[in-house]
Amino acid sequence: MRISCPICGERDRREFHYRGAALTRPAPDAGEAAWDAYLHLRDNPAGATRELWYHETGCGAWVVVTRNTLTHEMPGCELAAEAAR
Amino acid sequence: MAELIARTPCAGLLPLAVGGVDLTEESLGALTTLSPRRGQEAALSEALEAAHGMAFPAPNRTTGKAGARAIWFGRGQALLAGPEPDADLARLAALSDQSDAWAVVRLRGAGAVDVLARLVPLDLRAAAFRRGHTARSELAQMMASITRLGADDFQIMVFRSMAATLVGELKTAMEAVAARG
Amino acid sequence: MRIAGNGLLGEARQVAFSFDGRRFTGLEGDTLASALLAGGVRLMGRSFKYHRPRGVLGAGSEEPNALVTIGRGAAREPNMRATVQEIFDGLEASSQNRWPSLGFDLLSLNDLAAPFFGAGFYYKTFMWPKSFWEKVYEPMIRRAAGLGALSGLPNPDRYERAFAFCDLLVIGAGPAGLMAALVAARSGADVILADEDSRMGGRLLAETREIGGQAGHAWAAEVLAELGAMANVRLMTRTTVVGAYDQGTYGALERVGHHRPRHSRALPLECFWRIVARRAVLAAGALERPVAFRDNDRPGIMTAGAVRAYLNRWGVSPGRAVTVFANNDDGHRTARDLVAAGVHVAGVIDSRHDAPLSDAFEVHRGARVCGASGRRGLESITIRSVAGESRVQTDCLGVSGGWNPSLHLSCHMNARPLWRRDIAAFVPAPGAVPGLEPAGACNGAFSTAACLREGAAAARAALADLGRRPAGFDLPQAEDAAYAITPLWAVPGRGRAWLDFQNDVTVKDVRQAAAENFRSVEHMKRYTTQGMATDQGKNSNVSALAVLADATGRGIAETGTTTFRPPYVPVAIAALGAGGQGKGFAPERLTTSHSASVERGAPMIEAGLWYRPGYFPAPGESGWRQSCDREVNMVRGAVGVCDVSTLGKIDIQGPDAGALLDFVYTNRFSTLKAGRVRYGLMLREDGFVMDDGTTARLGETHFLMTTTTAAAGEVMRHLQFVHQCLRPDWDVSIVSVTEQWAQFAIAGPKSRELVNGLLDTPLREGDWPFMACGPVSVLGVGARLFRISFSGEHAYELAVPARFGDSLFRMLLERAAALGGGPYGMEALNVLRIEKGHITHAEIHGRTTACDIGMAGMVSDGKDCIGKTMAGRPGLVDPGRERLVGLKPSGAARQLIAGAHLFAPGGDAVRRNAQGYITSAAFSPTLGHMIALAFLRHGPERIGETVRMVDHLRAIEAECEVVNPVFFDPEGGRVRG
Ligand SMILES: [Zn+2]
Repeated sequence: MRISCPICGERDRREFHYRGAALTRPAPDAGEAAWDAYLHLRDNPAGATRELWYHETGCGAWVVVTRNTLTHEMPGCELAAEAAR
Repeated sequence: MAELIARTPCAGLLPLAVGGVDLTEESLGALTTLSPRRGQEAALSEALEAAHGMAFPAPNRTTGKAGARAIWFGRGQALLAGPEPDADLARLAALSDQSDAWAVVRLRGAGAVDVLARLVPLDLRAAAFRRGHTARSELAQMMASITRLGADDFQIMVFRSMAATLVGELKTAMEAVAARG
Repeated sequence: MRIAGNGLLGEARQVAFSFDGRRFTGLEGDTLASALLAGGVRLMGRSFKYHRPRGVLGAGSEEPNALVTIGRGAAREPNMRATVQEIFDGLEASSQNRWPSLGFDLLSLNDLAAPFFGAGFYYKTFMWPKSFWEKVYEPMIRRAAGLGALSGLPNPDRYERAFAFCDLLVIGAGPAGLMAALVAARSGADVILADEDSRMGGRLLAETREIGGQAGHAWAAEVLAELGAMANVRLMTRTTVVGAYDQGTYGALERVGHHRPRHSRALPLECFWRIVARRAVLAAGALERPVAFRDNDRPGIMTAGAVRAYLNRWGVSPGRAVTVFANNDDGHRTARDLVAAGVHVAGVIDSRHDAPLSDAFEVHRGARVCGASGRRGLESITIRSVAGESRVQTDCLGVSGGWNPSLHLSCHMNARPLWRRDIAAFVPAPGAVPGLEPAGACNGAFSTAACLREGAAAARAALADLGRRPAGFDLPQAEDAAYAITPLWAVPGRGRAWLDFQNDVTVKDVRQAAAENFRSVEHMKRYTTQGMATDQGKNSNVSALAVLADATGRGIAETGTTTFRPPYVPVAIAALGAGGQGKGFAPERLTTSHSASVERGAPMIEAGLWYRPGYFPAPGESGWRQSCDREVNMVRGAVGVCDVSTLGKIDIQGPDAGALLDFVYTNRFSTLKAGRVRYGLMLREDGFVMDDGTTARLGETHFLMTTTTAAAGEVMRHLQFVHQCLRPDWDVSIVSVTEQWAQFAIAGPKSRELVNGLLDTPLREGDWPFMACGPVSVLGVGARLFRISFSGEHAYELAVPARFGDSLFRMLLERAAALGGGPYGMEALNVLRIEKGHITHAEIHGRTTACDIGMAGMVSDGKDCIGKTMAGRPGLVDPGRERLVGLKPSGAARQLIAGAHLFAPGGDAVRRNAQGYITSAAFSPTLGHMIALAFLRHGPERIGETVRMVDHLRAIEAECEVVNPVFFDPEGGRVRG
């Protein structure tokens, strides 16, 4: 598997650390349900996913990878810092 | 009077020559990571140019020349190799002294690309990774900085503590490449 | 037998080798199979289940029968295919799965018991009694069934991995692959041409067909010479592409050392390549399938294409009176080539009534082979036709049931192949693997001209995708005959007709599976074990599912195939994990004091990737405890030196550095004064403790964070996550500086004296209070000094640039000795911190909260931080949780053990009564007894109570008193003094 880091270009998957689904951190007062969902509940989609990877042995950027679990396509990869803004 | 004696990361391990490939330890002088403050990227590049004669490098690139080089070192980061950083740079960037943090070796000779291909998951073809290009990647599971200095000439950096593993891995690969003849 | 003047080996050098101890001579370029056939050997192996005598079936990597063991001793390599293994001087090969010998195998009695061993036999028979399975059935089955045996010794061979990149990967160097590579290479693309054979050319080496007016093999040689001279082409022989993966990544196994004597230890046996290709052409050819009939596994029966390969490439006729059995025109070529070479052809049996006739040999139209005799070597076959049955004397039968395209790689990303009725074969589905284009025989194009055409077209398509202009090119002339076949899978009749030779699966087994309702092809496979051996049923899959289709009354397309998964050929785990043998498993991190510590005889302990000294044995000391006790006393009484460089050190700089720290730590750092250090606690977002450590403020916008050795990488990743994903607006930079500094803890009442001896400006009383930090000069070298303590003593940590680490460590030890001090290792460090109740990852093991470790007060009220919301959950702050306490023995038993469980005195020591557990235990030389840190329900409320410690594993119990976890100097007078 190869991931196209927006900074480094296309790189081997072994340079990356996988975190999981790219989610938005709830506000401190968002309530138990929101926090429970953020921490523990995950979809398992057959199709498009958005997930966080860390280019650990590369440039050190956190990236949001769009990946299709059915077709193996990776249509997108953007910097998490920009996606978060 | 007593004196502290400096020791290089690869002391006692290098040089090494196997087949047509040489492995030597490099001494680059001061190593300083430069991380530009928000919005100061252009100003830092200018200051770097003024003080040390090279621009802030784009991703995967180096600027400057032997003795005073800026090596792209990661997201929003360059490594100034050679001169002590000009005091003015600290206004525009976070500076961290890394002069002792890295083992720096040079792999040279026909077959150097084949040796690296056994250890590094990078596309090192001449058209893709030219002279002056650099990459942060891994070498046998170690975080590494790899820079092409010439057709068969590479600078490789890993953390100082891993110098012995670096030399061991390179030696094994050099022997395997040489054994194929 | 070798036919003079035939084959491509020419005047090759003679090579001496042995098989089962018998000496043979072959020619350079021979495989073990061709050389043995030349030497008249037909019996090469025994089958897996029934120990049936078997000869070679094919001439390539798909071979199910002729598996041999190469070499001896630790380097012996089982299950090597004789059809792939090249001979070299001194090669030692031996047959497998037989006892005592290949010719006389006692376990072939299994064959006589065959009626009992059919499909599902194991499932039905070995069901009860349960205890019999492990003790009786499994060992018995394992001894009787099986392939070659491993040596049981550590593997002495070297394996290698490597990465390669190209514009176009061409898989297979037959006519289609050569054509694709040539077109792409001439157009300037970077091409890798990989072929599993030792010699490129594919079927062109095995056939007598011409290309462009010259022999096919000569054309191939010409093309290869041109490709070999081009800088943009890499030819990879002996390299099997075994898997297709995401984003154009292919796995390939190169046999580097198997074909030569093992002279050099440096030369790897195999290399596992990861090839990244922007485009790929699959030109893997096709494999001929046998037809099942009674006793069709007799040694001497092989595929018709294999007979041609042995004859035309290696100049060997596998028999003196050869017969051919075919359902298509292709088989007739075997007879023609044999006749041309002067070998007697005893007849061609063709199941088709309209089969072509020949002047050169007898053709039995509309006839079938219905039996074969000759247990250890074919003697005759029985032919059945409308005219009745007749017997033909023959020592070699070439069988052709048609060709199966080698489309395996096209299925590796989950695509299913398509059935083509006209050629009675499966072909790859379009777009099966993104970027991979099938061409030639693997795509169902069987004529030479069609292969050349498709190869060129696939290259042009790839070039268009790559944005390259294809070079002008004329296709050479070649044979373009239509492929005429009438399917025949199995000849009906009594007896056993073999489908899967390696796993001993017969037509009857497949029919029985269907009868027992294992009608899905996946179920049939698992029930009969068809296709599950090392050859993965390359010869048998399609035939087996055709038999299944017939038995279930469905069509072949509807029945479908099982899933082809990587690898295409067996790959040694050693090759997949190349580089990971021994110390290659992980890098080693050595501190600057490593040499000096080893010189002093310190045994090293692994801490993550780091190596740290356990203790420093002094003369006369006989065990670690003695050294450890001395080192603890030394620190408490004088001064000790310990390398703490392995702790993570992270530079955090920028206007928002304080904000970041406030957000990742539970407590506040933005208020810390420059020149001071503060202890910090870090939570995970779920509210549990992640790590702890001290952070120093070196300047207004400059902090230096310290992490534990174990969590350094995780914390770095976490800080970057928090910054980049949660607070990208903050102006802060985060850089690891762990490796820049060699840092030594200098602890004990005489620590200031030791430090002052080295500082250019000695510290004055009161200048450096507890938790102060700042720059100092050590013998003219810029350094950093921190007044922090893990031992509970008056202590410092002195950091110098790493180049001086070795020198400073030696100097510290020399000077410490003069003060009655010296180095201390991890064992003493651990005792010192337990005496002080300091936690490590033994306590913050991922299930503890701030409340559990008595630090609930460190979660600051006035700000948000990572983990704060969830840390407030009632279950995480419940006083009834297991919380940190100290324990000391209060009864006769004095031993405390980490991992032991705690119970109320008098209660049963069972799970439901458990009240907690010990995390760290040590003998305290300072206090003269064992001490422990433990988590106990309602812990801090129970100081003074007695609990019962039980170590169920070692059957050790002790009465303990619950005490304050700070055993020594709870007021902290020593650390501040
Ligand atoms: Zn990157």
